Amino acid sequence: MSVEISRHWRLNPQRYRLVGEECPRCGGKIFPPRDVCPYCADNEPQPSFKFSGRGEVFSYTTVHNAPEGYEDQAPYTVALVKLEEGPLVTAQLTDVSSGEVEIGMPVEMVTRKIRVQGDEGLIIYGYKFRPQLQAA
Amino acid sequence: MRDVSIIGIGQTPIGEHWDKSLRQLAYQALAAAMRDAGIERTDALYVGNMLSGEISGQSHLGALVADFAGLHGVEAVKVEAACASASAAFRQAYIGVASGLQDIAIAVGVEKMTDDVGSRVTTGLAGAADADYEVIHGISFVALNALLMRRYMYEYNLTREAFAGFAINAHSNAVHNPNAMFRKPISKEAFMRAPVVADPITLLDASPMADGAAAVVLCPTEQAREFTNNAVRVAGSAVATDTLSLHDRRDPLWLRAAELSAKKAYKQAGVGPQDIDFFELHDAFTVMSALSLEACGFAERGKGTWLAQDGEISLTGRIPITTRGGLKARGHPVGATGLYQIVEAVQQLRGEAGENQVANARFGMTQNIGGSGATIITHIFERIE
Ligand SMILES: [Zn+2]
Repeated sequence: MSVEISRHWRLNPQRYRLVGEECPRCGGKIFPPRDVCPYCADNEPQPSFKFSGRGEVFSYTTVHNAPEGYEDQAPYTVALVKLEEGPLVTAQLTDVSSGEVEIGMPVEMVTRKIRVQGDEGLIIYGYKFRPQLQAA
Repeated sequence: MRDVSIIGIGQTPIGEHWDKSLRQLAYQALAAAMRDAGIERTDALYVGNMLSGEISGQSHLGALVADFAGLHGVEAVKVEAACASASAAFRQAYIGVASGLQDIAIAVGVEKMTDDVGSRVTTGLAGAADADYEVIHGISFVALNALLMRRYMYEYNLTREAFAGFAINAHSNAVHNPNAMFRKPISKEAFMRAPVVADPITLLDASPMADGAAAVVLCPTEQAREFTNNAVRVAGSAVATDTLSLHDRRDPLWLRAAELSAKKAYKQAGVGPQDIDFFELHDAFTVMSALSLEACGFAERGKGTWLAQDGEISLTGRIPITTRGGLKARGHPVGATGLYQIVEAVQQLRGEAGENQVANARFGMTQNIGGSGATIITHIFERIE
């Protein structure tokens, strides 16, 4: 299959299940995975770590002028989500209108269609975040 | 290392140059800079550009521009660092001359934004961010800056109004710049009711993107007098990087690469923020002005917008910024912007800034930011007494 597909296939553990890493030296939780720990610069192989998918909105905005391939979704809300294990991730918010979003709002990860790509209609799935259904 | 000076400058007006190609724009600025320096040849040519591959389907700009300019056989290469590409090209020219490998080097920045439709330009610009973990989520470059601005307003308890002074100052300074895109002043009322682009960013927080090219000629300071009596020396030059993704920064509201590159440039120049007479900063969005002023030591953390509210950034203020209109009103041809900043700094230090002249300017600083802050390039220039 095309190079474009392997580029996305390779990222399935991250996109579908928020699989990152845990540094064996400093214990830091890492997402997305990297070859060198961002906290302590350790470069030993790092075991996988699955994030809970829970976090809160750190910042957000609404995209009106979408990049190519996202025009049909606009307007949509994108956010920086602070995961409860520490890292920030960039993702779209879903199942919520932009007027309801605020900084600090508890959210949880869901898997949704991210975009359709190319003439072959390749569908890319991945994480988005929605308001936590039973906020603690 | 040899001391290096700028002996020639050139620029094109910024706007929608439907009738000019990328190579013509680059040549126009390059030829103007060579005429200004009184030279007919160069040892090297560094072309700063971000989007020619994506927008015009054209790579290999070093050879293209050298060829079109009739500089047959010359060493030439393209330098890319997103919106900081032109300053990165300048830095390579500086290194070339400082090292002694080249006696004359030219840096030209060029961007041709109007060769493709908006959504593809938006996609190209997003290429400054992380393709796998930012861009895939449909984030645009404006949206990344909107995430920064909203968080900034939240942490420091500000409304949009706090940022108005940056846009008003830039537009006011562009009125007398013949190369600027928007030469009309704006009011605070206009700023407050501007249409939203990506909340809280409106049209008047964001810089307009357009076509343009700017160029400078460099030579060793000890040879500068053979060419000109108004050479401007490069007192400090530094590049620093940060994480590519905004989300990977432990402290997203601190431009670490701005702090690092400014500190290195201050050290090389033997000056501090209190010695800088004007600052051409990277006001792609109003929030970037605040973050840059804080990281470079002109304002305390969270207080960058205070300078804009108190008039300290005006031409007669404590630290004048965007003295010819900045990215906001002069315009932001992304991969050329850094060289517009440098050309404008040279104009100020030569005393050629006309109505916008900063009185008795001796040290001028420029800062060019790539992406959401991943590459930041700071230069300090000094008038030669
Ligand atoms: Zn570690």
